[in-house]
Amino acid sequence: MSRRLEEMKLNSFIIKVGIAFGLFLVVLGGVGLPVILDKTQTGFRGTGMFVSVNETIREEEKQFHAAPEVLYELTPEEEEGPTAGEIYENVQVLGHLSDARFTRLMAAVTEWVSPEEGCAYCHGEEGNFASDDLYTKVVSRRMFQMTQTINSQWQDHVGNVGVTCYTCHRGQPVPANIWFEEPVDESNDAIGVGWDGGSQNRPGENVALATLPNDHFTAFLLNDNNIRLQNMDDALPQRDGDYGTIKSTEWTYGLMIHMSEGLGVNCVFCHNSRNFGAWEESPPQRVTAWHGIRMARQLNVEYLDPLQPVYPDIRLGENGDAPKANCATCHAGINKPLYGAPMANDYPALLQPGSLP
Amino acid sequence: MAQYQNIFTQIQVRGHIEEGVAHDDSQAWDRTGPGFFSYIVGIFGNAQIGPIYLGAYGVVSLIFGTLGINIIGFNFLAQVDWNIFEFIRQLFWLSLEPPAPEYGLSFPPMNQGGWYMLSSLFILISVITWWIRTYRRAIALNMGTHVAWAFASAIWLFLVLGLFRPLLLGSWSEMVPYGIFSHLDWTAAFSIRYGNLFYNPFHALSIVFLYGSAVLFAMHGATILAVSRFGGDREIDQIVNRGTASERAALFWRWCMGFNASMESIHRWAWWFAVLTTLTGGIGILLTGTVVDNWYLWAVKHDFAPSYPDLYPNVVDPLGGSQ
Repeated sequence: MSRRLEEMKLNSFIIKVGIAFGLFLVVLGGVGLPVILDKTQTGFRGTGMFVSVNETIREEEKQFHAAPEVLYELTPEEEEGPTAGEIYENVQVLGHLSDARFTRLMAAVTEWVSPEEGCAYCHGEEGNFASDDLYTKVVSRRMFQMTQTINSQWQDHVGNVGVTCYTCHRGQPVPANIWFEEPVDESNDAIGVGWDGGSQNRPGENVALATLPNDHFTAFLLNDNNIRLQNMDDALPQRDGDYGTIKSTEWTYGLMIHMSEGLGVNCVFCHNSRNFGAWEESPPQRVTAWHGIRMARQLNVEYLDPLQPVYPDIRLGENGDAPKANCATCHAGINKPLYGAPMANDYPALLQPGSLP
Repeated sequence: MAQYQNIFTQIQVRGHIEEGVAHDDSQAWDRTGPGFFSYIVGIFGNAQIGPIYLGAYGVVSLIFGTLGINIIGFNFLAQVDWNIFEFIRQLFWLSLEPPAPEYGLSFPPMNQGGWYMLSSLFILISVITWWIRTYRRAIALNMGTHVAWAFASAIWLFLVLGLFRPLLLGSWSEMVPYGIFSHLDWTAAFSIRYGNLFYNPFHALSIVFLYGSAVLFAMHGATILAVSRFGGDREIDQIVNRGTASERAALFWRWCMGFNASMESIHRWAWWFAVLTTLTGGIGILLTGTVVDNWYLWAVKHDFAPSYPDLYPNVVDPLGGSQ
């Protein structure tokens, strides 16, 4: 073979490789540029313990996760004076606040929850502020009590940061991330369906489109089903052991996927990468999350679910149940809601239940 | 250009339909159809299709296999209310699930796992009769029964998952759901429930043989194609009549890594790697939940898992338990 032919073949080979690489880049551009993940190691080397953050998405959603500024500062004189309960009628929960403090809180709540609808969203167009005719006002009152409960009794979960209405509402009357019980699929009762085990094997948003049970909120955040499933007592099977089945494991797995999605974290944010059940070598966030599950359950059982008769039908789920909270309701994809901005501290009325003077 | 550098098979032999060698199975059925040639099929393998040997076991296998698969498919259809578009859209999510744990080893109502059990039985019959077919056809041709025993290794894993392990644990609910995503989620849940299957040494062995099979297959296929210009594609012939193809292939690997298989032994390597994948995998699954309940704790107990410094010593179970 002549040298010239060799060179031609080499050139042709280089051109082919170039074209192939060019096509590869085009395809890559079509599916999106490589994601920039900011990884932080959180465990001993070689154990796969790291937390990754997608800075691109975080930057895009920066505004959504920014806490609003405090409306205005109060002067010491404004803290004094007659209380809201003395001035206004029917102030059941916040009556102990000074008039100025009460008014500022009401103005802030309007910004947080119904910036477009204004005061009328709860108090009506007529402007009868004492009236409980609108369901929104009845719900708001209960929500104030719920917020006070979270901030005063669930510091194991919310720490000293606390929550405000804005943590969940983000300028919307109905928070973006709420849940209802899964509707009962009528077709599942038909003969020959093979298995009527419920809300599984559908492209479910609650489980990141996996085939895990979609209704794990009802099982774990409303009812108190056992989340733990592994045998952590011994390596060998126990005769009297009451551990999870593979099916019950799928329910727990579904809840865990929600927590991962809701907080924007991976499994090892809370768990030891070798042994998910073990508390040894678990990052401390797992304890916070454990209290969070109990907190969400109490809020749903004591505050959110019982409001069912108050709501109009349009606010209820397909099964006629009230809207309820899960991890994403506050977290909205971030492990610390609003990046841990301590905005509740600006509104002490939200920190604990007060009493009428 | 040289033919060995092509992706597809270049040579397609045409002529009379090849009837094959005479065999000594006096009970064999007549083969069905005249047989024909297909260009597309010839790109991938032999261009001749048929005549097809059905045989008693083949017919039984096909009937039960078709029934078993159709039970799954029609259950999928019923789950989407017989809507063919939803069937296609949700196909990867749809699943026929085993009975719930409370049914134990009893036969559940049809829509609570009964169809699943029936489908499983039919597919079991189909697989077993197909194994008999591979065994008997090999005997009829005076061949060794290597294919049947390799297939049996895969059936071993299939039986462990669907029969032996559920029987030992006393519940059909331990069986694997029949669905594309659902069996994957089941696998993940299985690993989580039993304390991380990566600490199961038989699981580790199975992975070694599985990935090893792929590497061996690539090495062998590449080697034979590379020496086919010297007649290396007649590899069986070169087991005894070692030619330049065999010698070059052997020298290539001795140069590359100091060791080479022979034209015969490479096929033993391949057979054993493939067989051991499912053999060790089946052992690993059979031990899980029956003999070992938490593979991580087992690995710690037997110094199989290293212990790492506890970076978060203050983290304890809020319930005070060991979990």
